[in-house]
Amino acid sequence: MAHEHKLEIFRGLWKFKSNTQKIWGVLAFLTFVTAVEVILGIYKPEMFMGKVLGMKALNWIFIILTIVKAYYITWDFMHMRDEVKALRRMVIWTGVFLICYLVFILLQEGGYIEGVYSNGFVKKDF
Amino acid sequence: MNTTVATTGTEGKTWGGGNDPLKASYGKMMMWFFIVSDALTFSAFLAAYGFSRFKFIDSWPIADEVFTHVPFFHGNYPMIYVAFMTFILIMSSVTMVLAVDAGHHLNKKKVTWYMFLTVIGGIIFVGSQAWEWNTFIKGEYGAVQTNGGNILQFGEYKTVEGEQKFERVAIADFAKVAHSERTQHESKSGLWFVSEGTLPEYSIDEVYKGLVANENILIRNQIINEHGHKTILSREESLKQLKSDGKAVVHGANLKVNEYGSPLFADFFFFITGFHGFHVLSGVVLNVIVFFNVIIGTYERRKSYEMVEKVGLYWHFVDLVWVFVFTFFYLV
Repeated sequence: MAHEHKLEIFRGLWKFKSNTQKIWGVLAFLTFVTAVEVILGIYKPEMFMGKVLGMKALNWIFIILTIVKAYYITWDFMHMRDEVKALRRMVIWTGVFLICYLVFILLQEGGYIEGVYSNGFVKKDF
Repeated sequence: MNTTVATTGTEGKTWGGGNDPLKASYGKMMMWFFIVSDALTFSAFLAAYGFSRFKFIDSWPIADEVFTHVPFFHGNYPMIYVAFMTFILIMSSVTMVLAVDAGHHLNKKKVTWYMFLTVIGGIIFVGSQAWEWNTFIKGEYGAVQTNGGNILQFGEYKTVEGEQKFERVAIADFAKVAHSERTQHESKSGLWFVSEGTLPEYSIDEVYKGLVANENILIRNQIINEHGHKTILSREESLKQLKSDGKAVVHGANLKVNEYGSPLFADFFFFITGFHGFHVLSGVVLNVIVFFNVIIGTYERRKSYEMVEKVGLYWHFVDLVWVFVFTFFYLV
């Protein structure tokens, strides 16, 4: 069983002396990201309310921060960083590809049905 | 004559056999593959939630108006409690990964201690989840469902620190209770083979009379306006809409009705957080089993704490899913 861990995050910007220290470092980072999300969620600053690519900028920020958190949970807590390339790609690429496909198809369809409801003489308000 | 090919010409290559190209044990690899399939299940649920939300994009409930409670405190604290739950789960992920780390050093005492903390974290999370469900099911202000299945909520303008603010009013606070002949049918007092569900606390008529009597109460419907708030009707519109469209008083949420808006919101909330809560519960059970195995020294004798690592992978995955549920149910 291999015990070597890669002891740096942010592409080497933050280096740690031991695996235990790295875990606490990642916890600090994840807590910080969650705190930012909650503060943005409570105050909803007006500057992020504009639409970017059909969705509020704030929502894009939330989704990106979530993916950042998911990355550090998988890479450092689940030790994906220390696995060989083949295993990493097998797991990540399969998941990412299928999830993107599924999300695209369902959201596209949901948007279409919304269009039918609002433009297609369907009475909802009664 | 030997028909089996004994040599393939790939000996010594990565996939030539006799070595382990993925550098992971069978159990660990299978746990990863299970996690991939489970991730697809969860993303299918979340994508289905997105589908329904896009379908009703202009009338979906606003999460910070739904989840505003904190146990033992009164008042309006959107998101605080879920943020706390998220932190608890991340924290128990940390103790888990510390247990795995201690396992690599064959430090039985530390593994025991960290596994114990992980189990405690899991139990706190499941308990909070149960509390959250309970609050959601009980509801707060109550609302009226229309014939078309829309929700009408009540409130009034109040001046708070020089600012006009729309504050919700509970139906129980203004409805005029009138004597009614209608009582709940029980099988012992009539047709024994007929039954009915609990009657709403107030009839539409009682709510209407209460609305007429309280001149400052207005109705808020589900439609989200350009500022991202729900539309508030004028006084005349409020009276007219309640009179013509009102069908039943709903209080709280279940799989059929939801006082906060679309019933689909409640359905997905129960289904997705329920499925996740079930995963946490199974994770706690697995952690408890591993915890006792650590105590009786099973892994000590094996000279390998890999089982802790495998259960750890599952536990982190549960945390990972929660990060996404948190975003899509409470933030976006």
